[in-house]
Amino acid sequence: MEQVHPQRKWQDYFSFSTDHKVIGVQYLVTAFFFYFVGGALAEAMRVELSTPDPDFVQPEFYNQLMTMHGSIMLFLWILPAGAAFANYLIPLMIGAEDMAFPRLNAVAFWIIPPGGIFFLSSFFVGAPQAGWTSYPPLSLVSGQWGEEIWILSVLLLGTSSILGAINFVTTILRMRIPDMDIHSMPLFCWSMLATSALILLGTPVLAAALILLSFDLIAGTAFFNPAGGGDPIVYQHMFWFYSHPAVYIMVLPFFGVISEVLPVHARKPIFGYRAIAYSSLAISFLGLIVWAHHMFTSGTPGWLRMFFMATTMIIAVPTGIKVFSWCATLWGGKLNLNSALLFGIGFLSSFLIGGLSGVMVASVPFDIHVHDTYFVVAHFHYVLFGGAVFGLFAAVYHWFPKMSGKMVNETLGRIHFVMTFIGFNLTFLPMHPLGLQGMNRRIALYDPKFQALNELVSIGSYLLALSTFPFIINIVWSVFKGKPAPRNPWRALTLEWQTASPPIIENFEEEPVLWAGPYDYGIDTESIDGDEEVEDMLAEVAGNT
Amino acid sequence: MKIPSNIVTLIAGITLTLISLWYGQNHGLMPIAASAEAAEVDGLFNLMMTIATGLFLLVEGVIIYSVIKFRRKEGDTTDGPPIEGNVPLEIVWTAIPTVIVFILAIYSFEVYNTLGGLDPMASHDHLASHNHHEMVAMDEGNSQLIAMNGEKVALGLGQSPYLEESSPLNVNVNGIQYAWIFTYPDTGIVSGELHVPVDRPVQLNMSGGDVLHAFWLPEFRIKQDVIPGRESQLTFTPTKVGQYPVICAELCGAYHGGMKTTLTVHSAEDYQQWLQDNTIAQTPNSEQLAVNSEQ
Amino acid sequence: MQSSAVNESQLVIDSHQESGHHGHPDHRMFGVILFLIADSMTFIGFFAAFLIYRAIMPEWPPEGTPELELLVPIINTSILVTSSFVMHKGQVALKNNDIQGLQKWFAITAAMGVAFLAGQGYEYFHAEMGLTTNLFSSCFFAVTGFHGLHVTVGVLLILSVLWRSRTEGHYSSTSHFGVEAAEIYWHFVDVIWLILFVLVYLL
Ligand code: HEA
Ligand code: HEA
Ligand code: CUA
Ligand SMILES: [Cu+2]
Repeated sequence: MEQVHPQRKWQDYFSFSTDHKVIGVQYLVTAFFFYFVGGALAEAMRVELSTPDPDFVQPEFYNQLMTMHGSIMLFLWILPAGAAFANYLIPLMIGAEDMAFPRLNAVAFWIIPPGGIFFLSSFFVGAPQAGWTSYPPLSLVSGQWGEEIWILSVLLLGTSSILGAINFVTTILRMRIPDMDIHSMPLFCWSMLATSALILLGTPVLAAALILLSFDLIAGTAFFNPAGGGDPIVYQHMFWFYSHPAVYIMVLPFFGVISEVLPVHARKPIFGYRAIAYSSLAISFLGLIVWAHHMFTSGTPGWLRMFFMATTMIIAVPTGIKVFSWCATLWGGKLNLNSALLFGIGFLSSFLIGGLSGVMVASVPFDIHVHDTYFVVAHFHYVLFGGAVFGLFAAVYHWFPKMSGKMVNETLGRIHFVMTFIGFNLTFLPMHPLGLQGMNRRIALYDPKFQALNELVSIGSYLLALSTFPFIINIVWSVFKGKPAPRNPWRALTLEWQTASPPIIENFEEEPVLWAGPYDYGIDTESIDGDEEVEDMLAEVAGNT
Repeated sequence: MKIPSNIVTLIAGITLTLISLWYGQNHGLMPIAASAEAAEVDGLFNLMMTIATGLFLLVEGVIIYSVIKFRRKEGDTTDGPPIEGNVPLEIVWTAIPTVIVFILAIYSFEVYNTLGGLDPMASHDHLASHNHHEMVAMDEGNSQLIAMNGEKVALGLGQSPYLEESSPLNVNVNGIQYAWIFTYPDTGIVSGELHVPVDRPVQLNMSGGDVLHAFWLPEFRIKQDVIPGRESQLTFTPTKVGQYPVICAELCGAYHGGMKTTLTVHSAEDYQQWLQDNTIAQTPNSEQLAVNSEQ
Repeated sequence: MQSSAVNESQLVIDSHQESGHHGHPDHRMFGVILFLIADSMTFIGFFAAFLIYRAIMPEWPPEGTPELELLVPIINTSILVTSSFVMHKGQVALKNNDIQGLQKWFAITAAMGVAFLAGQGYEYFHAEMGLTTNLFSSCFFAVTGFHGLHVTVGVLLILSVLWRSRTEGHYSSTSHFGVEAAEIYWHFVDVIWLILFVLVYLL
């Protein structure tokens, strides 16, 4: 085994590489770039909102900030970040050499940076200002070019996401090593299956809506314009048919991440493997039939509101199964409270709040009160930041040694966690009472009686922005100066840890052996005694790294 | 899975329940409730807060307990117990949320029905027969009214099925970029503010001219989008005299945040007075006054 | 565009394979089918919008919409449906290693596709309405136009198969992904047309 393997050079990361690991890192770094952009826009909004009057930016510009913030965070941060881990991990986890379609994979990635830059360029012609939902007729009358750029960018990014999904499904279903049946693959793969199904079924409908919207905007048709005989509500249905599933597209990959991170650092098997796997599929299916819960005060007749209320609430059941199973995974374990697990636990506790407020807004009579208020803003930041972003940081800390071959600095990681956790709750918790008390969203000027809470929110958001610095310093420092990482620093059982850190170009020296299930921590080692290879592996996992 | 089944669990459970019950009633998060409907919604919200508090304490409790109790000892590289599932436990935590969700759905349905949400059709007929001429007036400007199978559908909240059929005060509401305009069909008053008498049902017939808006009364817990080309309506019965904000809740442009006015709920006499003041003189003078009072 | 490093990795993988690794199974058809599922959702989106308009508008098509001529679309429909069978003959020919047969049948299919597009062009040109006449006409042009785009892509795919088939041994009875992909795509476009035809012209 003394073969010398060529390693990646830094130039590869700036090229049209077809190696899924390079592409994964490219996705991740690009996503982080846009996170900082989207975050900076959010901070500008928070500066504006620390006083009731529109004194820092013009209301018009505020709406641009708000629209760009929402769209960037969703389409250029969370979606690519999910795809980043999917790209990096799926082939490694199932013992494949690469994705099913490496070139397609590279194309899917290389759509994103130009698409993102194109999107940002809309600031030069007046960015879109109709919110990330772009409801007509407002989107048709508030700046043509900004809006058209928004449409084209989202179409581009949607295409990228469809191409990615085709790759994920094919790879997961067709390229597992022969020993790995579908019930012994890691849960992250299950959640990516569920995610990809939603992408394939939902994104094209959004594309259809945006094509029609574009006609209205440019060619003078009136699909969604009541002034010409069209109907704006049809747009809302088409938009949410994608965009509700989209929120699960954004969170399911990180459900998968949590299912990986918790067992490793708690040293216990995942609790209820099949229940978690199937609940991903259930969430995915239910996610397709709840979209009108975003339209409870819109053009939806009463009986339709009742139908969508019922389907929406039912999603609490499969999600609850996951949350409880994760708690049970922690229970009785031997928790190694490092940065990855801290963020995993942060995910659990914050996502819970967002989920509970989600079920509240699913109730029609209550949603009638809080729709389009800061209560909803609080809800979705709890699930998106508290869920997806916390999960993402857990993933970064967990797989950083694998990706870079270096260990991170735990102290900085913990500082990052504490600052993020406090800043996050300080920012988004007070938004609940704000919304209930009567502060609507998407406003640059508000009633002075809300000022105190808004100041608190703004202070929280500054802390949140500061919290990224220990993270950035940690990552940059570790990449260059970090302690070299062994192949399996966490003594984990999934296949990606059976190869070098960072993995060699062809992933595995020889086809990896599936000698244990992905979560068989604490299994009786005597029962598989005798096999030499397995004993080697066990010795390694047992901790003398 | 070892579930600690001793007295401590019992005490923890009782405490949790008590805290949830208490907090569900005393969270003080909602603004005052100025209508009968608002009280209904608050009842629902209180129940949801109770359940949410309970679930929150339960899950966070488990997490915090685990973090403290099941920390790895320094140098311990052994694994935890290989527990992969527990069927009875999993059935319980599937069944309980299912039951909770059913209860919430049914209760929400009840409240929604009480608000008149399932009945806008019926009350629309009622409206059409009594005030046909206003409807026609409203239709002007909406060249193409959207209808389902030829019949118009009103969106929003109609008359509560539990209320006696009484003749509501009709007000036509028009939402335009950045103002609300209220027209009183019975008296011809046009105003930038909404004035209604206490304890009498009010029915707002809403239409919009340009983009989407949403009519929101936080103290009454009701909201409905105003959609150009469609009609929508809101029905409510104010129970508390006072002044309340009227807010546009749907993004409608740069000054969306400034699109607000006030709703004044008068006592019966004051309302008559207001009617008189405004009917006698829809003069520039009084409009001047209205504008001034807005600022 | 490919960097040297990638070629390097290719090399490694290739040598890897020679050393008795299991071969690369072909997943491309699987991918094509996933793509078509996604693509069909775009059409379902359009059709759903169309049906909603139909259901909620007081009059559909709106007053003053000229009657759609049926003659050209019916001819077009039969051309497209027939072309699917013609194309299949091409694939069957290939299965018998008859490249010439493949070329013949595919060429006819491409010609039929072009005929379809010409028919559609004729129809557009002679329609008494434009894109912005009213909601119905907008829907009509958007849906048929989007489908026409798919037909165009299909014709291009067929032409590229024809182009490649000139190379000796590019396609054979055992290696025919391009042929199959073009064919399944063409059938897909065909089925969509039938649904579209019923919705837009007949309903
Ligand atoms: C990651 C993204 C994400 C996720 C996961 C969710 C999850 C959920 N969301 Fe959320 N949502 C958004 C992102 C997300 N949402 C966004 C971005 C918006 C706003 C869009 C916009 O307007 O701009 C939004 C808006 C939104 C609305 C519309 C509000 C409005 O505009 O008026 C509704 C209404 O039903 C809703 C419901 C739900 C529900 C029921 C869940 C459920 O999936 C939550 C399920 C989880 C739990 C319930 C917690 C765990 C469960 C248990 C512990 C079991 C026991 C629990 C019970 C029995 C209650 N969401
Ligand atoms: C994943 C999604 C995501 C994330 C992570 C966030 C993160 C944040 N959001 Fe976001 N938000 C949305 C998705 C998201 N948001 C969406 C979808 C909307 C709806 C838009 C709409 O209505 O259309 C919204 C709307 C929204 C609003 C409501 C606007 C309105 O209705 O008027 C507010 C208000 O406070 C807000 C605030 C914040 C803040 C303070 C953060 C913070 O977490 C951000 C923290 C900041 C950073 C972490 C950046 C740190 C970096 C720097 C400061 C620069 C340094 C630079 C370098 C080092 C290079 N958001
Ligand atoms: Cu009108 Cu917002
Ligand atoms: Cu949703």
